[in-house]
Formats: sequence, C-alpha cells, structure tokens
Amino acid sequence: MISIERSLDTPRWQRVALPFVSLILAAIISGLVLAASGHDPIATYRQIYAASFTSPGALTSTFVYATPLLFTGLCVAVAFRMRVWNIGGEGQLYMGAIGASGAGLLLGGLPQPLLIPVMIVAGVLAGALWAMIPGLLRAYLQTNEILVSLMLNYVAGLVMYFLIYDSQSFWRDLTSPTALVFPTGKTLSASATWPGVVIGSFTLPTGFLVGVGVAVLLFVLVRGTRFGFEMRVMGDSTSAATYAGMRTRRIILAVMALSGGIAGLGGASQIGDFGHVLDPRGLQQAQYGYTGIVVAALALYNPLAVIVVSILIGALTNAGFALQGPSFPAGLVGTMEGIILFSVLGGEMLGRYRIRIGSPLRVAPADAEADPGR
Amino acid sequence: MNTDLIVAIVVSAIAYGTPLVLAGLGELLTERSGVLNLGVEGMMLMGAVTGFFVSQQLGGPGWAVLIVAMIVAAGAGGLMALIHAFLSITVRVNQIVSGLALTIFAGAVGLSSYVGQVWGIGGQHGLHQLNRVDLLGLGELPVVGPILFDQDPFVYLSWGLVVLVAWYLYRTRFGLYLRAVGESPRSADAMGINVTRYRYVHTVVGGALAGLGGAYFTLAIAPIWTDGLTAGAGWIAIALVIFAFWRPDVLLIGAYLFGALSSLGFTLQAHGVQMPSEFFSSLPYLMTVVVLAGASTTLARRRIGTPASLGVPYAREEG
Repeated sequence: MISIERSLDTPRWQRVALPFVSLILAAIISGLVLAASGHDPIATYRQIYAASFTSPGALTSTFVYATPLLFTGLCVAVAFRMRVWNIGGEGQLYMGAIGASGAGLLLGGLPQPLLIPVMIVAGVLAGALWAMIPGLLRAYLQTNEILVSLMLNYVAGLVMYFLIYDSQSFWRDLTSPTALVFPTGKTLSASATWPGVVIGSFTLPTGFLVGVGVAVLLFVLVRGTRFGFEMRVMGDSTSAATYAGMRTRRIILAVMALSGGIAGLGGASQIGDFGHVLDPRGLQQAQYGYTGIVVAALALYNPLAVIVVSILIGALTNAGFALQGPSFPAGLVGTMEGIILFSVLGGEMLGRYRIRIGSPLRVAPADAEADPGR
Repeated sequence: MNTDLIVAIVVSAIAYGTPLVLAGLGELLTERSGVLNLGVEGMMLMGAVTGFFVSQQLGGPGWAVLIVAMIVAAGAGGLMALIHAFLSITVRVNQIVSGLALTIFAGAVGLSSYVGQVWGIGGQHGLHQLNRVDLLGLGELPVVGPILFDQDPFVYLSWGLVVLVAWYLYRTRFGLYLRAVGESPRSADAMGINVTRYRYVHTVVGGALAGLGGAYFTLAIAPIWTDGLTAGAGWIAIALVIFAFWRPDVLLIGAYLFGALSSLGFTLQAHGVQMPSEFFSSLPYLMTVVVLAGASTTLARRRIGTPASLGVPYAREEG
C-alpha cells in the first residue's frame, strides 16, 4: 500500500530544484515513448538541441516561439496563481492580433515610435475585453470560467477565419491578384514593423523585451502592492478574502483583464514582430495559448521564472516545427509538453508530501513531524 | 417546415449528439465520485485514433472488427483516465491542472496526433463503418421509424447506458455509495466505503466512455482520422454535465440539443439558407456559454446536483 503524507515544511532548495527534476523525469518518460515508437531517444534529443540552439539561425527562431509563450505563460501564471482558471489565452491572443493588426492598418501612416505603442494598446484592449466575457460571468453569476474561456477560444478562431476567408472585411487583402484566389490578410506598413534588437546574427524580438518588462511589473505588482496582496489572499482562500472585506468581484475582474490583456499583447507581438499580417491558420496551428499552461506550471506561476521557462519551451516548440517530418511526428512536442506538465504536477506535490510504502502511519501525524529521526 | 426536414434534423442531432452522450455519461460518473476530469477531449481523441487504427488493421468479419475497435478505444480512454486518477486521487495534485495536462498530453497536437502519424493512418479511408441496424423491422415507420428504430449500434448502446447509469445511480447500493463519496467522502469513509477505490473505478470508467465517444467519430460519423477531429466535443461534454445537473436523463436531452445545433449549419445550408459558415460553426460554442451562464444562475440559488466534494482531493488524516 502506498500512502502519501503531508510534510509541513518544504525547503527552499526543493522548490528551486523541482522544475529541473521534473524536466529530467519528463525527458526519461518521453524517451520511453520515443523508444516504444521506434525512435532513438538520444539521437532525437541531440536533434532537438541542435535545432533550437546551435545550428545557424536556431537561437533566433527559438525566440520567435519563446516570445508568444512568454506572454501566454504570464497570462496563465497571473490567473492560475489567483485561482482564476483562465484557459482562454489562446482566444485572447487571437483577439489581440485582430486588434493590433486593425490598429496598425488603420493608422499605418503614423511614425513608428507612435504606431508601436498604439498597436500594443489595441492588442491589450482587445485581449482584455475578450477575457471580460468569462470574467464578468464568473464574477457575477459564478459561471465556470474554465469552460467559458475555452469555448471562446473556438469562437475567436472562427472570428479570425470569418475576417480573412469569408467576408470582405477591413483586414482582408482584396486588391492583389493572388489574394483573390488564396485569401490573405492585408500586410501592414513598414512603420508597423517592430524593429527588434540585432546582436550579430541573433535578433531579439521587441516583443520579448516588452514581455520581460511585463514580467517584472507583474512580480512587483504581486509582491509589493496592496492590490497584489489582495490577489494573493484571494488566491489562497476566497472566503478569507471575503471575510477580510475585500471586493472579490473586482479582484476577479482585474485578474481576468490583466491576464487577457497580456495574452492580447502576445497577439500584438505576433503581428508587429513576426507576421505583419493577420494569419488565422498560422496562429491557430501554433497553439501558443495552451502551451502557455505548460510554461506557467513549469515556472511554478512565478512571473520571473516564466521568462526562463518560455525560452526552454520555445526551444522545444521551435525544434518541433524545424524537425517536423517522418522521424519527428508533429504530435511529439505536445506529448512531451504533456509529460513535462505531469512531472511538474507530480513533483510539486511530492515535494510537499512524503511517499510512504507500507502500512499507514499509526501515530498521530503531528508527532511524526516532530520526530527528528524520521 | 415539413416533416422530412424535422426528421432529418432529429436524425443528425442524434448522430452528432451520441459522442456527447457517451463522453458526458463518463464525465458524470467521474464527477459524481468527486473527481473533476478536464481531460475528456484528450481521452476522446485517443479513443478515436486507437479505434480507427484497430479497425484498419484487423481482419475478419466487419462486426467483429468494430467490436474489438470499440473495446480498444474504451481501453485507451480508460488508460488516459488512469493517469489523471493517479495524479488527482493518490498524489492529490490540483485536478484542474492535471486534467488540462491530460488534454495537452493526449490532445490534438499531442499523443493522439503522434500515434496517428507513427501508425500512418492519417488520410486513409476507413475499411469499416458502423451501419444502421433496422430494429425489429420497424425502420420503415413514418417519423418514429428513422428516429427510434433505424440507428447504428452505438446509438442503441448509448441509450442502454443512459438507463443503466440512471439505474445504477439511483436504484443500487453502489450508486448510493458513489453519491455519498461525491457528497461527503469523510462520511462515506466512516461508513466503511473505500473512497479511493470508488474514485479510481469511476474515473477510469469515465475515461473508457470518453474513449468510446471519441471512437464514434472515426467508426460511425465519418471513417477517417485527422488530428483534433473532435473539435471541442470533449469540452462541450463537460459543460453538458453541469447543464444536466449531474443527471443522466437530462444529459441525453442536452446532448441531442447540442447535436442538433452542431448539424444545423449543414441542414440549413442544404435547404438554401445563406449564412457565413463560421456563424454556424460557432453556435455550439456560443450556446455552451449561454447555457452555462443560465445554469449557473439557478445553480447559485439552489445548488442542484453538484457533488459537494467535486475537485477536492480526499485524505483521511487531513482536516
């Protein structure tokens, strides 16, 4: 019989070591999956490492994937930490992309230093407004925000498709001859292109820098302000927050808006940094919103850790797209991400608990904790 | 509207609703034991891909192949659910995140897509498909014939399961124990009911039913495998359980309403109604939001049906 007991104190080193242990465990389990399906795990891991870090241009493209994951990871981290289960990052990112590309197209004549902030604001607003639907329903009707935010992901995807493939919308290119046959979005002007920071052969996207700024701000907000304190209390216990006279509705709405706004900013970065055009297929295939859950969990919902983890998972995602083919099936990355998530979850709890194999504890748990010899 | 159109809508509502009935019943059983499993979408996809693979590989008479395919699909769903059961019941992790992890692991860009590619079954046309069975030769009857007596075996199975689950929940000792475990695991434990065993069994059975629901897509609706073909049906099934107030009979009706909504676009377009296809495609999702909001207003007033311990891990020695 296996039983699991609570250990009252988790040493700090355990929290720090946990993500690394989880990654190693995940690598072992994924290796088993690979071996079971006839692939050589070591060779595959070598390929992944090369494709995401060492081969020419690999690091740049790793950051292409790390940037949106930084935003969606923060989106999930801020919400889940407060026990607001926003899994609508996917749809909020789409809406951000629609908003930012709309603003970029409408005000394409503005100079770059003005246009980039405008696009950012448009993306944030669009994402935050989209997140308000599950937010308001949760705050006022106690509607399950998991399902509502998820359903709206599909709706947001369909809105994008409608704008580009099934209407004469403002976003769609209706002039060039190829676009009449293969519907595409209008390409944004050069001043709507986010410049990025070029270091030798490596380009750091502007969005990543913005994301790092957002992560730092979030860290300060949660740790250092009254509002952050209220959010933390609510995250630990909603009833405690209510008894303390905190306005939980307002906190839920604020967390949702913040979370959705960050995902929307990720959508704006998709347009400004990379796509320069609203591309429904590309955005939907990438599944950044869902992968954000993996990023946030591996970072243990700490905004600063999300920065590092987004690069790691970005590398994995990049390898997935770069290596896609018969020896590297498309579903492999998602499978590995799922395994990573399982490992973190299991590991986090095991850090908090102790496994005990044998008969259940007979003495009272409090005495057991006090016994130093155990 | 003429009778033919109504019959056509009802028949396609049943076709599109059947996977929701199966997966919804599974989730209902799981949630009744106090475990929330958000991995339904992933479990359905695993059922769909394994069921289709078996139906492509196995020789022998069609009916035998399909039965084995259904069993394998149920097994695959159950196996996926076992991961969630272990993490949420034994390790006691957050059930929401564990369920999401299961959907990411097995979902549209995860293991289901991976094995589909490894097995090379993408784009193949299915060798076997479940056909309609004219029950008692009554399929020719007007209106009720095509609706009640001319369905495929999956549909009859789903009806049988609804009755079985309702009977189990409300008329057997085990059903009573199950409800006790979901409402108050501590009291159930004090009564001598093995809470852990009840939760494991119902989580795994729930997964098996989700696997069956997924297999309905590839064995009955359209015998073909593409990544993520369930397109959110697993999530709608979870929403249906809430909407049905955790009751199997209401779930059946709800599933067919959503089935009708999912197929409404095709039916209306076939009858010359002009609307962007995205509008029709988004109807089931929008409807889920509306229905959830509606259900939550009544739920909040008198918490009908929600198992009180839903989503809360149980440990004997902890307060």
